[in-house]
Amino acid sequence: MSFLAAVLDPSLPFVRNALLAGILSSVLFGVLGSVVTVKRIAGLAGAISHAVLGGIGLALFLAAKGLAPGLPPIAGALAFAVLSAGLIGVVSLKAKQREDTVINAIWAVGMSIGVLFIAKTPGYADPMSYLFGNILLISGRDLILMAVLSVLVVAGAWRFYPQIEASAFDEEFARTRGVRTDAVFLVTLAVVAVSVVVLQTFVGIVMVIAMLTLPSGTAGFAARNLRGMMILASLLSALFSVGGLALSWETDLPSGAVVVVLSGAVFLGASGLRMLAGGRRSRQKTARPSGK
Amino acid sequence: MGDGMKESKDRVEAGPTPSTHVHGRPTAVRFDRVSFAYGIDPVLADVSFHIHEGEFAALIGPNGSGKTTILRLLLGLAAPSSGSIEVLGAPPHTALESLGYVPQNAAYDPAFPISVAEVVRMGRLRGGGGRYGPEDRRAVDAALAQADVTELRDRPYSALSGGQRRRVLVARALASNPRLLVLDEPTANMDAESEARLFRALGELKGKATVLVVTHDTLFVSDLTDAVLCVGERDGRPGSVVRHASVPVAHGLAPGTFGGGALQVLHDTEIPPEDCCGKGA
Repeated sequence: MSFLAAVLDPSLPFVRNALLAGILSSVLFGVLGSVVTVKRIAGLAGAISHAVLGGIGLALFLAAKGLAPGLPPIAGALAFAVLSAGLIGVVSLKAKQREDTVINAIWAVGMSIGVLFIAKTPGYADPMSYLFGNILLISGRDLILMAVLSVLVVAGAWRFYPQIEASAFDEEFARTRGVRTDAVFLVTLAVVAVSVVVLQTFVGIVMVIAMLTLPSGTAGFAARNLRGMMILASLLSALFSVGGLALSWETDLPSGAVVVVLSGAVFLGASGLRMLAGGRRSRQKTARPSGK
Repeated sequence: MGDGMKESKDRVEAGPTPSTHVHGRPTAVRFDRVSFAYGIDPVLADVSFHIHEGEFAALIGPNGSGKTTILRLLLGLAAPSSGSIEVLGAPPHTALESLGYVPQNAAYDPAFPISVAEVVRMGRLRGGGGRYGPEDRRAVDAALAQADVTELRDRPYSALSGGQRRRVLVARALASNPRLLVLDEPTANMDAESEARLFRALGELKGKATVLVVTHDTLFVSDLTDAVLCVGERDGRPGSVVRHASVPVAHGLAPGTFGGGALQVLHDTEIPPEDCCGKGA
């Protein structure tokens, strides 16, 4: 059965859900990913996304042991994401020299806690689903969350675009214009944290960070400004998500991994072309030195 | 260009904040017995100086003398451990709307996609939020003309030379029609043509706004300068500020062009604070 036939088949609702998730997540990957890329906080976002496994493991353990019956993994994920974002934000602002150590510690300790809790959870819990995503896990509730979050992120980016742009481009100057750059940074981290939790059902927590950086990185080669980068990154993300899903369906491969490999291949190709073009321009400049 | 200058002049004349006065003249900047230390290392000790409104001032001193600290205090990016600071008659953080700032090394990411006009537009930024409007677009056009970079407006910022980037940052500072313009080492790594254009733009601003140029060149300053404030160790105390006299030098004697004439700083001639109504000697 082709991917298109599967999407139209009423007996396969999970394929439609995956397609909708791919399209909805593109807005978040594009808009938020552009901010993460230009602010150069991909490492921070990576630490938050990996620490989320600790919360998922804890929630699964508590629910299975009957200590918190019915506690959904997403609740634990959200708690750990916000906690790690807060910790990283405070350390980044108040103790910059310790930032690297703390980020790596949160990254590794969060994941380890998750593995330990999952190992001690009665019954079977597959950490691979959370690490690399599983389109079978995408529910109607996830789609609603993605849609609501997308609307909120786009509205926030539109309303505070000048402040976001200036904080990312020249933080000190933005402060001299009265922008509370620390607040912009902390809110960005918090939104990244919540988005990671919502998006991990689609591509998994390991690969969320790839989708937050690859489409926006590719868009950065062609965009003339941050707004254009956000729009182009969203379109590219949608293309990679839908294309990756179709490819994974046809080849029977894990969808999250295919989406990320496709995004990575295009990013590397664009980087190569950019380097070639840069080298050619530089040679032409050397051959014909201009007056200025 | 004319419109931009007129707007700037109107802003000065209609300035809503009454400035404090020293010796009968309103002041744009006033440091009163200000001290500051990084941890236990004192950088400024009991520093007092003032700059009058409309003056073109140079804050000079060798690297590490405390110039950047004075600048950070003036911009409200740091708070003094003792003493008081007034900028345009108000605490620094409340005067930001009336202040234009050109940093020495603006954090600059070559991969950041942004045009010259968009960088200049940041000068119209409002901290409390809000998007840019038609008035901001007009102010950007005027600032581009004032800094003589109109022809660069649609170019990517990353495609500019160092000197062009510096003039764009001057335009960004002018976009807010500032009553006080602060420039940190504005001619560092700048070619002669860019330097001449920059000082031409500053010359047109002279008298309409207060200009403070910070530089590590302790021997010569532009002949636009009304007041030379020298930062350095004095009587064993770090970061003292004294007002020095200056005299014109013959063309070609000063290493920098300043886009026109230069003044030589007379480090052995101090102007007392109560006698600060014009150029030295």
